[in-house]
Amino acid sequence: MTILTRAIEVSRRYGDVLALDRVSLDIRAGELVGLLGPNGAGKSTLINLFAGLRRPTSGVVELFGGSPQDPAVRRGIGVTPQETGLPEALRVGEIVDFVSAHFPDRADKGELLARFGLDDLVRRQVGGLSGGQRRRLAVALAFAGKPQLVFLDEPTTGLDVEARRSLWEGVRSFHRDGGTVLLTSHYLEEIEALAERVVVVGSGRVLADGTVRDVRDVVGVRRVSLVAPDLPELPGVVGSERVDGRVDLLTTDPDRLVVELVRSGTPFSGLEIRPTTLEEAFLALTSKEPSHG
Amino acid sequence: MAELIAAHARLFLLEQLRVPVGLLASALFPAISFVAFVVPFAGDDPRAATMAAASMIFFGAMAGALINLSITVAQDREQPWNPYLRTLPAGPLPRFSGRILATLAGTLVSVVPVLLLAMLLTEATTTLPRLLLGLGALLAGVVPFMLMGLLIGLVMAAKAAIAVSQVLFFPMAIVGGLLLPPRMLPGFVEVVSPYVPTRGVAELLWAITAGTTPDAVALVSLAGWTVVVAVAAAWAYRRDEGRRFS
Repeated sequence: MTILTRAIEVSRRYGDVLALDRVSLDIRAGELVGLLGPNGAGKSTLINLFAGLRRPTSGVVELFGGSPQDPAVRRGIGVTPQETGLPEALRVGEIVDFVSAHFPDRADKGELLARFGLDDLVRRQVGGLSGGQRRRLAVALAFAGKPQLVFLDEPTTGLDVEARRSLWEGVRSFHRDGGTVLLTSHYLEEIEALAERVVVVGSGRVLADGTVRDVRDVVGVRRVSLVAPDLPELPGVVGSERVDGRVDLLTTDPDRLVVELVRSGTPFSGLEIRPTTLEEAFLALTSKEPSHG
Repeated sequence: MAELIAAHARLFLLEQLRVPVGLLASALFPAISFVAFVVPFAGDDPRAATMAAASMIFFGAMAGALINLSITVAQDREQPWNPYLRTLPAGPLPRFSGRILATLAGTLVSVVPVLLLAMLLTEATTTLPRLLLGLGALLAGVVPFMLMGLLIGLVMAAKAAIAVSQVLFFPMAIVGGLLLPPRMLPGFVEVVSPYVPTRGVAELLWAITAGTTPDAVALVSLAGWTVVVAVAAAWAYRRDEGRRFS
């Protein structure tokens, strides 16, 4: 399939911080790719590179076979602005008209706003919109120029469940019509609901790249917490910390860990097993070398 | 391209009109100064009043260009809307031009009060062709100060931009002879004056509206300043790209 955008051995440094470390990634036509990772993992940097906002420190970024720095090449993409930055004094319709004016092929304004549930707000000033309405407007703007490829950075942060689902439906219908999507999210649920392919980044590296199922296994980490003075070597531990005599172990296989723990005869008390947040799982994963990807 | 420039200019104009404080300030500021300083002292002398009216109109236009522009550019850079615009399929030209056109429109609005006051309260006089030519020269003459505003706004945070643009504004206005005619300035100021860009624009406006002979050194230095500031503003724009951490 045609590769719409790709990063080849891309690194990006901000001063002392290495935001991306030799990342290679291809996005092919028709894919709906979820980009997962904790804050600071390099998701936004990667999207900024694809959208031409940043240049890589080393490596090559291609967009439609050209450079994302070339404005003409960017006609094929749609990007979501951060809703906090939308100009307050302008009306919803004016902002859509303004963004559309940059593209040769434009979405119909009424239809676009209706798709994101904003059709009765055309004349409303941005300053008078709720947080959720702003968020929807920001996402709608990504589709104003009938793009082939959209970058949706945290599209549903701050939306209620209903608004989130209607936005997902908008993304799915774009994808059904042949559109390509690169989506970032904190929410595993969102990635599961939308994406076919998931790319996990952490500490500036690609840690996993595969189907939703593959990746769920990678992030299927549990927290095993217990009080024990000393612990033997235990299987499947990807991270551990000790606070006031209590040990927290992050593991991909809590059952085996507990079995081994009991077998070792080590005294312990107060055993708890909890799911970790996605964020914790990533932090645990990124603290060691990736197992695959 | 023209359509894109219009779209950007339209956006700036809408913002200006919906939050008209800036527009109001740049229109009232020179009008008040004119009533306080020009009407009582030079109102009866047609030539002096005409020159003072031209100076004061430029004074207001320059405030809009230098101070307002540097602040709004610096503030916009602090908004996430700005990096978003860079992802749209357009280079820097439409936004640059749109901003300059919108500021020019603001300049034209700020001209009206002083023009009316000069006609009603003083002996200032000029012909219609000279007035129109003068407005043309004003619009051209304000461009280097817009570029200066862009430069400051692009290299500084908003708070610093406010201070720096004002620190530049008043000395340039005074040394350039906008508040007092050059012959009334102290000797050492008159020596420096032709090398300040404000003086070149003032010379041009006085020559057009009041028929004086413009000072060649001032005009050449204005041209030089324009080139220097344009190059610096373009450099600042490029440097700004890819600077913010995200």
